[in-house]
Amino acid sequence: MSGSGSQAGMLGSASGAAVPAPQVGPQLAQGPWLRRPLAFASRNFSVQVRAVPYVWASGLIEPFLYLLSIGIGIGHLVGRLPGPSGTLVPYATFVAPGLLATAAMNGAIYECTINIFAKLHWQKLYDAVVATPLSPADVAIAEVGFATFRCMLYAAVFLGAMAGFGDTRSWWALLCVPSATLTGAAFASAGFAASCYMRSWTDFDKIQLVAMPLFLFSATFYPLSELPRWAQLVVEALPLYQGVALCRQFALGYPSASALGHVAYLAVLSSAAGALSQRRVTKLLTP
Amino acid sequence: MTALPAALRPLSYFWTVYRRTWMADLSTTFFTPLLYLASLGAGLGQLIGHGRPLPSLGGQTYLAFVAPALLAATAMQVALAQGTYEVWGARNFWSGAYRSMQASPISVGHIVSGHMLWVAVRVEIATALFLGVSSAFGTVRSPEALAALVVGPLVGLAFAAPIAAYSVTARHDQPFNLVFRLLMLPLFLFSGTFFPLSQLPSGLRWLAYLLPLWHGVELSRALYAGHFPVLAGLGHFAYLVGVAGAGLIVARSSYQRALAR
Repeated sequence: MSGSGSQAGMLGSASGAAVPAPQVGPQLAQGPWLRRPLAFASRNFSVQVRAVPYVWASGLIEPFLYLLSIGIGIGHLVGRLPGPSGTLVPYATFVAPGLLATAAMNGAIYECTINIFAKLHWQKLYDAVVATPLSPADVAIAEVGFATFRCMLYAAVFLGAMAGFGDTRSWWALLCVPSATLTGAAFASAGFAASCYMRSWTDFDKIQLVAMPLFLFSATFYPLSELPRWAQLVVEALPLYQGVALCRQFALGYPSASALGHVAYLAVLSSAAGALSQRRVTKLLTP
Repeated sequence: MTALPAALRPLSYFWTVYRRTWMADLSTTFFTPLLYLASLGAGLGQLIGHGRPLPSLGGQTYLAFVAPALLAATAMQVALAQGTYEVWGARNFWSGAYRSMQASPISVGHIVSGHMLWVAVRVEIATALFLGVSSAFGTVRSPEALAALVVGPLVGLAFAAPIAAYSVTARHDQPFNLVFRLLMLPLFLFSGTFFPLSQLPSGLRWLAYLLPLWHGVELSRALYAGHFPVLAGLGHFAYLVGVAGAGLIVARSSYQRALAR
């Protein structure tokens, strides 16, 4: 990595000497710090959204498919379940907030794992980026921020779908969007940090090995009370469970003090993984 | 190696690569079914009829109802991943393996049949692992289930061959997202996998009848339960053979055009 890093540094100084620097460089170097990650995020927007908008749009269909299959299919088989307050709710209403949190996790992992690895090692995109006024830390902030933004957008659409299917119970449900966004931020920073440690694409199946059990066992599909006590304690320690529990209490309209604990858990995970991402990517990109 | 017929040469290439990367593959082909069945058995399966057999599920528990369907769905998933990213990678990106094969006495026809044969082998590995895992969960009630080892690769080819015909011509891998979201996901959810098709409105039900996954689900469900209706079974089988065969013919001509460039 050090070889390609120094090459990027050389290219940077060579272009600075040969041609007049484009106006955007000094502006970025001097402006408020947030402008640098934003500049990189706008690159992501051009490449991933503007170039292939149908891929982005197709992602919005997923919640409708899931909610429909559970609403008309599995929900009929299950019947009603006790929600956080103990009142019985239809199965689809119980599951929908869990799927919302899961969608945020999956979106973050989709955006912030193999993509990061490809840009880091195959495309050498970050080597080019650090030859501009952007620092490696800016790259980490931009990528995690972009993925989080995507999660927020999808969460808003998901919540709209839930409301359309009659799966929301109160105005508290609006808080599902920030809850899912925070869940997304935690998994995006964790995904970025993990990707920086991966050595080859075959390592990425390990991410699936983490995401799949989280998806299946974070009280997404059935109440925690179905499990034995020891398993409940394990589930309560899982990161996705925090998002599921947050979204569920808001969607069903029974916010409780436990929300603060879930938020704190996700905020600590985001910050810790974010700090690790910045350190690791700086090490990888510094010659 | 020199004694291998030309159509098997590509197979030996893919096998060599697989021998080095099979560990990564285990998570999708072994742990995913294991976790799905464990989760269904402990959670959702208990919610539906308290884990007891239900008449609406053909007198089976929910776990026994879903397990054979997941076998067919796993075959579809593995085959679609192979028929999209792997074909595209062999044509364009990762290895450019097709180009190397073309520079040898291997013909384009051999490349198609060799790669599709490899897809069948991959799906077979996944199917066999699934069969083993699901029988450990007690969902297999008849030795006829062993015949699902034929159903898996057949379902796989019915998906991999037609999609490979497209993938070999694709310039970018972005459209594959659409294959997974707009084709695989709806089929996964609405092919009688997680609930009986009779719960669907009739329009959607007929659509499900037309698509290959439902036929694979019905076949493997009948085999797991040991009540194999001969006529309907042969019908499902013939349908899958027809789709796979037509897919191979289309893939062959598509490969001829794409690899001539």
